[in-house]
Amino acid sequence: MTALWLLDLCLVAVILAVALSAVAARDLFAATVFFVAYGLLIALAWVRLDAVDVALAEAAIGAGLTGVLLLGVTARVHMEARTPGPGRGMRLAIGAGCAAVSVALAAAVLSLPVPAPSLVPAVEAAIPATGLGNPVTAVLLAFRGYDTLLETLVLLLALLGVWSLAPDRLWGGRPGLRHRARPEGTLAWLGRLLPPIGLLVGVYVFWIGSDQPGGAFQAGTILAAVWLLAIMAGLSDAPPVRSLALRLVLVAGPVVFLGIGTAGLFVAGAFLGYPPAAAKTLIVTVEAALTLSIAATLALLVAGAPERAP
Amino acid sequence: MRLALDLFTILCVSAGGVFFLAATIGMLRFPDTLTRLHALTKADNLGLGLVVLGLLPRMEGVAEALKLVGIWLLALLAAATVAQLVARAALRETAGQPGGPPR
Amino acid sequence: MTATLYGLTGAALVGIGLYGLIVRRHALRRLLAFNLLGSGVFLLFGAVAERAGPGGDPVPHAMIITGIVVALAATALGVALVLHLARETGRAEPDPPEG
Repeated sequence: MTALWLLDLCLVAVILAVALSAVAARDLFAATVFFVAYGLLIALAWVRLDAVDVALAEAAIGAGLTGVLLLGVTARVHMEARTPGPGRGMRLAIGAGCAAVSVALAAAVLSLPVPAPSLVPAVEAAIPATGLGNPVTAVLLAFRGYDTLLETLVLLLALLGVWSLAPDRLWGGRPGLRHRARPEGTLAWLGRLLPPIGLLVGVYVFWIGSDQPGGAFQAGTILAAVWLLAIMAGLSDAPPVRSLALRLVLVAGPVVFLGIGTAGLFVAGAFLGYPPAAAKTLIVTVEAALTLSIAATLALLVAGAPERAP
Repeated sequence: MRLALDLFTILCVSAGGVFFLAATIGMLRFPDTLTRLHALTKADNLGLGLVVLGLLPRMEGVAEALKLVGIWLLALLAAATVAQLVARAALRETAGQPGGPPR
Repeated sequence: MTATLYGLTGAALVGIGLYGLIVRRHALRRLLAFNLLGSGVFLLFGAVAERAGPGGDPVPHAMIITGIVVALAATALGVALVLHLARETGRAEPDPPEG
């Protein structure tokens, strides 16, 4: 117990130090590297908080994809900020204000009600109806299916927002992410070796998500990473965004989710409801479609706006 | 038997920890990118390898143990590739400078 | 005990992220700080979930996963906007305040 407590203290200290460094670092590249390290450390914190599903998502999305996204843009935007930041006195005042926010939040943490409110009994009572073993997946796809459905639509909206930043003549073209790696180089070699393993891991994480930590979002992120690796290694090119096949993959998840959810209105008596006998099959079907769409959407979000004419 | 396995775990994981520590000190103290990369590989290859080896007897079954070994192999693969790429970038940056490789 | 420790860490992270968001001028530094802030909020939420008992409360966990994914979508949109701004104006920061 004491050893774990010590581990927690060390972890928290390192997390705070790395977060401060990410804000205080002089150059943008160093700040981004600190941020990636921060994401991995926070993933460890999630494991300590018994949230392995969240730890997987944080490591893959928070540290992995966000890191790739920020490192990529750091390599392209070289200019420094020209307007000076606030002066020393102002910074002190802002620091004091932010510290006050933290102290208020800390006070809230210390005065949380005892016993803690919990939805665990409600989830435990309802989960047999879904046929799932992983309560987080049950919450995501059944109990709070609305959230997840809207979330996938938000992802698509964000992608449309990114695409809409392309100039008119490039609309429908390929995203800018094209890399010329040496065909016999190390990166190309990794790009050929890793995708089969990545695909296997992705499908495994999706499949196991019904009963153990994992699921559509984590699996989709792994698949997106595999695709991005193949693009960066120069083994395949990002597809033009006007491609019909690509667009079908992008909307497959939300459409299947909506379709099965609407059918639930007639079969199970509620929108996004599942008939108990077929609940698990339907949920896994929705998850499979979602995994595919999430993978494509996340990869294209990282790839950015079209930059090459169709 | 139980005691022997525990001792094995403690020894291996501690040895792994020592390699991580040495690698971290190397990262901080070595003078240039290439030597720092050399230090890093000690953490990934030996440090993580020893930690994995020490944890193997604690796994519930062969499948779990294989997963652990798979993680180590993937980390090795990633570390080796990244080391290559970083070293290449570093060589390109210092090419032609005094102390660097010829252009 | 663990929950409280990480809850307090989350509170501190919100402050750190907020400070970076206000003080930094460079748009990418702000995006980074925004992510720190968000992560602090998630950690606060996760601490509340952990208090529900061993294993934690799955409902907040699911919502945190949703949050992480949406944060990535927002960051990607932000990055695209920064690239656009840099291309159009040659600057990577918003206009300075008037006066």
